[in-house]
Amino acid sequence: MSGAVDIAGEAHPALRWPGLWWPGILAAITWAAAAAVTQGLPDQVDIIEWTQTGNVAIAQAALAGLFLVLGLTARLLPALHRRVVPLGPWLVVLGAALAGWQLLTAKFSVLPMPFFVPPQQLVEVYQDDWRRLAESVLASLWLLARGYALGAAVGFVVGVGLGWSKHFGYWAHPLMRLVGPLPATAWLPLAFFLFPSSASASTFLIALATGFPVAVLTWSGVASVDPDFYDVARTLGAKPRFLVLKVAIPAALPHVFVGLFMGLGASFAVLVVAEMLGVRSGLGWYLSWAQGWAAYGNMYAALLVMALMCSGLITLLFKLRDRLLSWQKGVVKW
Amino acid sequence: MVNADLLTAPPPAETPLPGVALDLRHISHEYRLKGEPLPVLDDVSLTAVPGEFVALLGPSGCGKSTLLRLVAGLEPPTAGELLVDDAPVTGPDPSRVVVFQDPTLYPWRTVWRNAALGLEARGLLRQQKHRVDEALAVVGLDGFASAFPHQLSGGMAQRAALARALVNEPRLLILDEPLGKLDSLTRIAMQGELVRLWQAKGFTTLLVTHDVEEALLLATRVVVFSPRPARIRAEIKVDLPYPRHRDDPKLVELRRDVLGLLGVGDATQ
Ligand SMILES: Nc1ncnc2c1ncn2[C@@H]1O[C@H](COP(=O)(O)OP(=O)(O)O)[C@@H](O)[C@H]1O
Ligand SMILES: [Mg+2]
Repeated sequence: MSGAVDIAGEAHPALRWPGLWWPGILAAITWAAAAAVTQGLPDQVDIIEWTQTGNVAIAQAALAGLFLVLGLTARLLPALHRRVVPLGPWLVVLGAALAGWQLLTAKFSVLPMPFFVPPQQLVEVYQDDWRRLAESVLASLWLLARGYALGAAVGFVVGVGLGWSKHFGYWAHPLMRLVGPLPATAWLPLAFFLFPSSASASTFLIALATGFPVAVLTWSGVASVDPDFYDVARTLGAKPRFLVLKVAIPAALPHVFVGLFMGLGASFAVLVVAEMLGVRSGLGWYLSWAQGWAAYGNMYAALLVMALMCSGLITLLFKLRDRLLSWQKGVVKW
Repeated sequence: MVNADLLTAPPPAETPLPGVALDLRHISHEYRLKGEPLPVLDDVSLTAVPGEFVALLGPSGCGKSTLLRLVAGLEPPTAGELLVDDAPVTGPDPSRVVVFQDPTLYPWRTVWRNAALGLEARGLLRQQKHRVDEALAVVGLDGFASAFPHQLSGGMAQRAALARALVNEPRLLILDEPLGKLDSLTRIAMQGELVRLWQAKGFTTLLVTHDVEEALLLATRVVVFSPRPARIRAEIKVDLPYPRHRDDPKLVELRRDVLGLLGVGDATQ
């Protein structure tokens, strides 16, 4: 991520050439090469015959054309160019990678066939199975949302309680120390047995995985608030409720977000395991289903969707943090 | 900058509340350090009439900040009686506001919302918004209301802290080395502002400083403490008109006396 940003800072030399954006032209060349390889060489069809090879070649050629236009019109559309310039090196490499991928799989079977799939097979999966994939994404998101929201809320409240109240800490601290470090997945057999449905069991497990880091980080955030902040507020007339809500919690928020990020990562792991072992829906279930049928193309397709989903959720959380913590200087950009 | 007109302008509609009378009777205090008692204040008795400006001087670590914390009501003294306007101090109160050496602004609040904290905490913000704007204007920060603390210089941050105190119309302003970390030019400017504010508002002021000259420039009375546990070693009335000048021969003489009391008289001659 940061690599692309760094290049953006120095990318302007490309614009020194009158009207030409060289990375765009190079990208056009690599993407055209990918299209040529895809269309020009015959597929190895002894195991599977692909129907989308031609379409993939057309799409690659169309993008090559687009990059060529962008490369030649650098001066005409400066606003657009400022946005695509940072992508230049990535586009060049992606085109080359697509060509290589095509050669190694469909064209010469260097990578053994059913286990490695060419781009056209991914396209085929998305075309044939998009409905089931979409349902899986929605099922995963819904389960994750319930578990994460529950875990984050309980973890936050427990963390504030631990940081603020000695009485609460007396009871909660030993429990947290004993139970917290246990991986949530260790509860899995018991949870599926104890809970009425696999969905509620999975919600509980995801909440558990989310709640522990959120609670610990919130707690350490509240505990590390500068005591002077309390003294100042008290001399200005603040009562305990104000001290918690308007001093302790805002001061702890940067820590809380670290916990929320850790919790989100942990919740992904539990989500997939729970869906693979118990819940009969969602991307995790899709993956194990695809494995059962040796449908490797579907597996890659689902993995890609899952990566986009997880990355999208992390991005969302970063956006929320940037909004709430805009007062901090030097917040990391995702 | 403090608006110089404050001195000559007719008093505002709501005349400022006068300062409080302070009566500290035989105050002693100790902390516990690894189970051992650590005496910090030893039988300190001190009074201040309403509107007086008292500066506290003493070696570092002798207990000055502790005394201020007790007066602010942040902690009860181990022994002794602490009266404000003849009523015992039982806890913090917005009429007695502290400004610390560090501005201690809340980094997640803008300058305006920092200054508004006292009103907000007491549920008065809705009706009395204008007081926040006024206080920011008094310290010359009206242009920075929406800035965040990390965007302020040291002097501006300390002004913001002062505005946050002034919003509450304090009757006792407690200043714990408020100018200690500022560069010397900012410091001199803010010393003048403090005096003007004090004269305009009429609050009683308790100032801890490690700068003898600052104490003599600002205060009507200077109290000199011994090393920890702090005892009052001397009280010096500074009977000079304002504005004072640091090269006034009387001030220079007092300075020599006070430095002598602090045990560093010869080193700086
Ligand atoms: N909360 C505390 N617990 C234990 N010791 C303290 C505490 N606060 C201050 N002290 C000690 O009390 C003494 C006086 O501190 P302080 O009042 O801050 O001194 P001054 O402000 O005069 O420099 C110091 O020795 C300091 O270490
Ligand atoms: Mg001190």
